[in-house]
Amino acid sequence: MLGVRLYMLQRLTALIMAPLVMGHIAVMIYAVQGGLSASEILGRTQGSLLWAVFYGTFAVAVALHAAIGLRTIIHETMGLGRSSLAVLTSALFVVLAGMGLYAVYAVTA
Amino acid sequence: MTDLPPDTAPLRVSVWRGAKAGAFETFDVPMQESQTVLDLVAWIQQNADPTLAYRYACRVGMCGSCAMMVNGVPRWTCRTHVSKVMRGGTVQVAPLRNLPVIKDLAVDMDPFFDKWTEAGGAFFPTKSRADAVEPILPETPARQEADAAIECINCAVCYAACDVVSANPDYLGPAALNRAWSLVNDVKDGALDARLTAVSGAGGCHNCHSQQGCVAHCPNELNPTASIAGLKRATVRAALRGKS
Repeated sequence: MLGVRLYMLQRLTALIMAPLVMGHIAVMIYAVQGGLSASEILGRTQGSLLWAVFYGTFAVAVALHAAIGLRTIIHETMGLGRSSLAVLTSALFVVLAGMGLYAVYAVTA
Repeated sequence: MTDLPPDTAPLRVSVWRGAKAGAFETFDVPMQESQTVLDLVAWIQQNADPTLAYRYACRVGMCGSCAMMVNGVPRWTCRTHVSKVMRGGTVQVAPLRNLPVIKDLAVDMDPFFDKWTEAGGAFFPTKSRADAVEPILPETPARQEADAAIECINCAVCYAACDVVSANPDYLGPAALNRAWSLVNDVKDGALDARLTAVSGAGGCHNCHSQQGCVAHCPNELNPTASIAGLKRATVRAALRGKS
């Protein structure tokens, strides 16, 4: 139940996520090894358009990528039909993107 | 084949009887040298129970008719030696996985071949008999891709081995997609865009998880996973050109 467009979208989001994951890991190592406190981290991220775009892009890419992957798993394990899958995939995307973007908003606004 | 010494213990062969509902029935079959799994089944049908249903034709690995599950693994039974698959003097033979059972060891191959048609498996010529024969250069990359995929004998072993087929009945399967890939690389064929559209649908090549069960079990050592990967690349290029 995966056509060429969803296939391409999942590969494209993987391409986007790859450098963002590396950047995220680098930031985590820097934050932990440097001993940054939560307030010091927020001091760097709040009001920063750069971090908002970085993690906002990440959250949307993850939501798209994961929703398409879960769609395949759900279809193959539960045998849901096309319309149910479309609704479920969209709902998964909305929930994942909503949670991710809410977290990004919380640390960058 | 020659008989082994008379004191050699017979082989215990469990054979599926019935259709979707049924049970294994066990037969004692005399062991012989160089005996194949198809020989076991034929011995049972000819000497123990003439009502046993199974399918075969060439007996030399060319026709693709005799594939069955042997100890849970899809195999071409005419080229599978008993000595290589028996476990402690027993062999279990069952109908091919992922296809409806007609009776005993015979499965309905219609879903398998219907998917060849669905995947654009028919050749569409670009020339008439009045045209000159098109020269095919063996060394061109496209011809080498086509040659690598072309030795399929339609035995459905890959189809039985594929977990995606089990999980997604719409999936076209390794053999049909491998056939499509051989035609995508055939310069004489004139239905490229239609074929790429055919393999891009809900059950198309993009559903392959690249687990390579087909590669592991193909008796002709083909690589349908590589063919499917080729189709994925070709369909993405076509989609970027707005062709599917």
